[in-house]
Amino acid sequence: MSGSNPEHAGWFTGLDPGDVEAAATAISEGETGEPQNWPEQAVQSGFAGDEDEYYSVLHEATRRATREAVTERERADDQQLTHAVSAMDDAERTANELAERLAEWAGSLERDVPTGIEGARAVASWSPETPVQERVVSLAERVVDLDAERADLRSFVESHAPEVAPNLAAMAGPVLAARLIALAGGLESLAKKPAGTVQVLGAEDALFAHLRGHASSPKHGVIFTHEYVRGTPTENRGSAARAFAGKLAIAARIDHYSGAYKQSVHDDLDDRMATIRSREAGE
Amino acid sequence: MSPSLPDGVERRSFDGRERLATRGEPVYGEPQDDDGWRPWDAGRSKLGAMLELGLDLGLDGGERVLYLGAAAGTTVSHVADFAGPTYAVEFAPRPARDLLDVAASRENLFPLLKDARKPETYAHVVESGLDCIVQDVATRGQGTVALRNNRFLAPDGRLLAAIKARSEDVLSDPADVFPDVLADLRTEYEILDTQRLDRYHDDHLAVVATPK
Ligand SMILES: C[S@@+](CC[C@H](N)C(=O)[O-])C[C@H]1O[C@@H](n2cnc3c(N)ncnc32)[C@H](O)[C@@H]1O
Repeated sequence: MSGSNPEHAGWFTGLDPGDVEAAATAISEGETGEPQNWPEQAVQSGFAGDEDEYYSVLHEATRRATREAVTERERADDQQLTHAVSAMDDAERTANELAERLAEWAGSLERDVPTGIEGARAVASWSPETPVQERVVSLAERVVDLDAERADLRSFVESHAPEVAPNLAAMAGPVLAARLIALAGGLESLAKKPAGTVQVLGAEDALFAHLRGHASSPKHGVIFTHEYVRGTPTENRGSAARAFAGKLAIAARIDHYSGAYKQSVHDDLDDRMATIRSREAGE
Repeated sequence: MSPSLPDGVERRSFDGRERLATRGEPVYGEPQDDDGWRPWDAGRSKLGAMLELGLDLGLDGGERVLYLGAAAGTTVSHVADFAGPTYAVEFAPRPARDLLDVAASRENLFPLLKDARKPETYAHVVESGLDCIVQDVATRGQGTVALRNNRFLAPDGRLLAAIKARSEDVLSDPADVFPDVLADLRTEYEILDTQRLDRYHDDHLAVVATPK
C-alpha cells in the first residue's frame, strides 16, 4: 500500500486513516509534481471505504494542517512586532540621550536653546558658520531623523499589533499590547502567563533602571502606564490593575488560540472598571 | 439570453430586492432567510459579479473546484454551497484563519495555506481532472499562476479568472495590462470569453478559458 514511489504519492500514502496529526503533517510538508485522481487511489488502496469517507478525512486533515500552519506563521509575526517595539523604544531612548548632549553643547554656543527633540529641531535649522557649529547642526539633524524613525516604527507597531493580537491591541492599545508581547517573549508565552504575572511584566526592567539611577522605584509593571490604572484614584489602583491584568491575560489567550475579535471580554472589562470607579465615588 | 444559473444558485428576494443567493451558513454578516438562503453580494465577489453580468461560466452545480486566493472565504463559501469538493488555497495567515471558520460548517471545503505560484506544494492533496479553477489572487504574475495550475484541470475544465490590472503594474492603463496577461494565458489556454467587471469591481477583467 505504501510501496508506491513517494515522489508521486498522495498525502494519504502510508498513513493510518485515524491519525489526523500525521495526516496534517503530510498535507503541510508533502510535495509532488503532478496531481492524480487521489480520491480513487485512496479508495483502491483501502485508505478509505468510499469517496465520501475519503473527503471527510481530508476535510478534517486540511483544517488541522491549516490551523497549525496559520498559528506557526502568526507566531513569526509576533516576533517581528517584538523587534519593532524594541527598536522603537531604543530609538526614543537614544534620541533623548543625544538631545540632552546636544542641548548642552548647543547651549555653550547660543543662549536659550530649547531642550529635548524640540531643541534639536531648532538647532537643525541653524546655518552653521564655524566647524564647531557644523558638528552641532549635523548632530541635531541626526537626532531629528532618529525621532522620525521612532515615529515610523510607532506607526508600524500601531498597524501591526491589531493583526497579531486583535483583542490585546483593542484592550491595551497597540503599543502597550506590543510591549506586553515583547516582555513575555511572544504571544504564546504571554497567553500562558497567569494574570498576576501579566500585572508585573516590565517591573523588573524598571527595577534595573532604578538601580542604575535612571528611574524612580518601580512597584508596577508596564500596564500601570495605561489610563485604566493611572486614571483610577490611588486607593483603588490595585483593584483596577488586577482587573485589567486579568482581562489582558484572557485577551492574549483568545488572540493566541482563536485569533478572532471577541466583543464580550471588552464589555466585561468596561463593566468591571465602572464598578471599581463607582466604588470610589460612593465613598 | 443569459445562461442559466448553476443548480444551488438562485435569485431570491431579500428586503424586496432580487439577489443571487446560495444555501449555507452566513459568513460575512449577510442575512439568511427561513429556508437557509443567503444573498451573494456581487460587489464583494468577482465570481458573483460574473454571474450577475450573465457570463457563460459553464457551471451546472456540483463541480470539483480549485479556488486560488480564497482570502477569508467570502466567495469560496458560496462556491462550496453549490459545488462539490472545493479546494481553497490562500497564502496569508490572517484571512486563512477566517477561512477555517467558513470551512468548519462546510464538509466539502478544504482549506490550504499554500502559495498558488507553487502548485507542487499542494498537488499531493488537490486531485487532478477538476471541472473548474476560480482564480482571484490580485498579485503580480496572475498569468503565471493560471498557467502553473493548469495541471489540475480536466481537458474540458474551465478557468474562471478575475484579473486585476493594478496588481501587475500600478502605473499602466488597465487596458494595456490585460492584453499582456491574455497573451500569457493563450500559451496554454483557449480564451472563451472576457468581460470588464467595472460595474462591480474597478480595473478587473473576467476571463473564461479552457485548456488547449
Ligand atoms: C482579492 S483577494 C481575494 C478575495 C476572495 N477571492 C473573495 O472574493 O472572497 C486576493 C487574495 O489572494 C491572496 N493571494 C495573493 N497571492 C497569492 C498566492 N500567490 N497564493 C495564494 N494566495 C494569494 C491574497 O492573500 C488575498 O487574500
